[in-house]
Amino acid sequence: MIDVQNVTKSFGSFGALRGVSLHVDKGDVVAILGPSGSGKTTLLRCINYLEIADSGTMTFDGESFDMHSISKKDISRLRRKTAFVFQNYNLFLNKTVLQNVTEGLIIARKVPKEAAEKKAIAALEKVGMADRLDSFPSQLSGGQQQRVAIARALAADPEIIYFDEPTSALDPELIGEVLSVMRDLAKEGMTMLVVTHEMNFARNVSNKVIFMENGQVIESADSKTFFENPKEERTKLFIQTIQSGRE
Amino acid sequence: MNEKLLQLLIDSFWKILIAGIRVTIPLAMLSFLFALVIAVLVAVIQYANIKVLRPFIRFYIWIIRGTPLLVQLYVVFYGLPSIGIVLPAFPSAVFCLAVNEGAYMAESMRAALEAVPKGQLEAGYCVGMSYWQIMRRIILPQAFRTAFPSLSNSFISMIKSTSMASTITVTEMLRQTQIINGRVYQSFALYMEVGLVYLIFCTVLTWLQSYGEKKLSAYGGTR
Repeated sequence: MIDVQNVTKSFGSFGALRGVSLHVDKGDVVAILGPSGSGKTTLLRCINYLEIADSGTMTFDGESFDMHSISKKDISRLRRKTAFVFQNYNLFLNKTVLQNVTEGLIIARKVPKEAAEKKAIAALEKVGMADRLDSFPSQLSGGQQQRVAIARALAADPEIIYFDEPTSALDPELIGEVLSVMRDLAKEGMTMLVVTHEMNFARNVSNKVIFMENGQVIESADSKTFFENPKEERTKLFIQTIQSGRE
Repeated sequence: MNEKLLQLLIDSFWKILIAGIRVTIPLAMLSFLFALVIAVLVAVIQYANIKVLRPFIRFYIWIIRGTPLLVQLYVVFYGLPSIGIVLPAFPSAVFCLAVNEGAYMAESMRAALEAVPKGQLEAGYCVGMSYWQIMRRIILPQAFRTAFPSLSNSFISMIKSTSMASTITVTEMLRQTQIINGRVYQSFALYMEVGLVYLIFCTVLTWLQSYGEKKLSAYGGTR
């Protein structure tokens, strides 16, 4: 469904991405792992054009794009097929829970208000937030805000949802509620590309894992192989460190 | 004598108050409204970094901040007719007050726009909205809330600035007081009195401001 080849991106003299490629099929849940500063988030932001890559090509549903010179029109066309969940939720602060979900539908996609609200409520029910329709983001916990953000992503019927460290800003006791929503989505066959530090999610929910370091993909494998039989020394070390950190 | 003075103060109080309600308040409100439009335009041009318009904005702010309002009023009302542009007193006052206060309010608006978290724009993009849709529906409403206290201050200061319009023959409160004083020569009492009316106006506005601020924060803080 999505194929990305040789993405590069520098900030000044710092090479954040140094030729990264990845491939996502329909129904895949791909976890992108790696230490901080490895370029995971930059990669995700380049894939959704929140940053413009220095070079790279993307094939989305059989259509090819140059990731550096892509037109604004194509960017917004691609964005309508995708959704993005941010680390800091980024709910619209001046909008209620319901409005947060309907806003994009009504304003960008021209869905009639009633239909949009119906859709929004269905999405909010899925994440267990349908009882807080009239609350403002400031009145919700981080976990609740992130669930609303996921509902906002779902409501647009995206072909893929990008998650940028969706649980990293949350208090430990709130992480579970967000992960369980994501697990349900994965079960329903939603295609997801997830930058995360949650090893359990990567191991048990995702079917593919990409391990990045220093702006490059070190290893890419199905998740069982990745955790049980990693090829690269660096990957083994990473998995060991993570696991010893747990105990 | 004291009774006569008291009677004079009571009579003039109503005349001054009526001038306030009929002229000062509408002058301040109209000027504020236009100033707000100017401020939003100027702030958005700067925030959105529309390069072709930026030199004009900088020139405008430079001129306005570097010259007194009184001089601006004189130029527009007494000066422009000599090059064939004749504006009546009230519109001249509205024009100058709006253009003047607008330059200052633009700075408050710009700061408020910049205080809106960057993620709001990105989130808007990701749900498919365009820059201007996000600006209008997400960023500006939040910026208005942030700017509310300083915009209220601008309105209060506008009320006081309208007194300068007395110098270009607008019969607002101060000029009304001068006219009364011209007949009775009670400068101290009368100017104290008009000061008191300004104080009443501004006090009411201050109450409204803190009421408005409470209302806005009850509706959900911005952060």
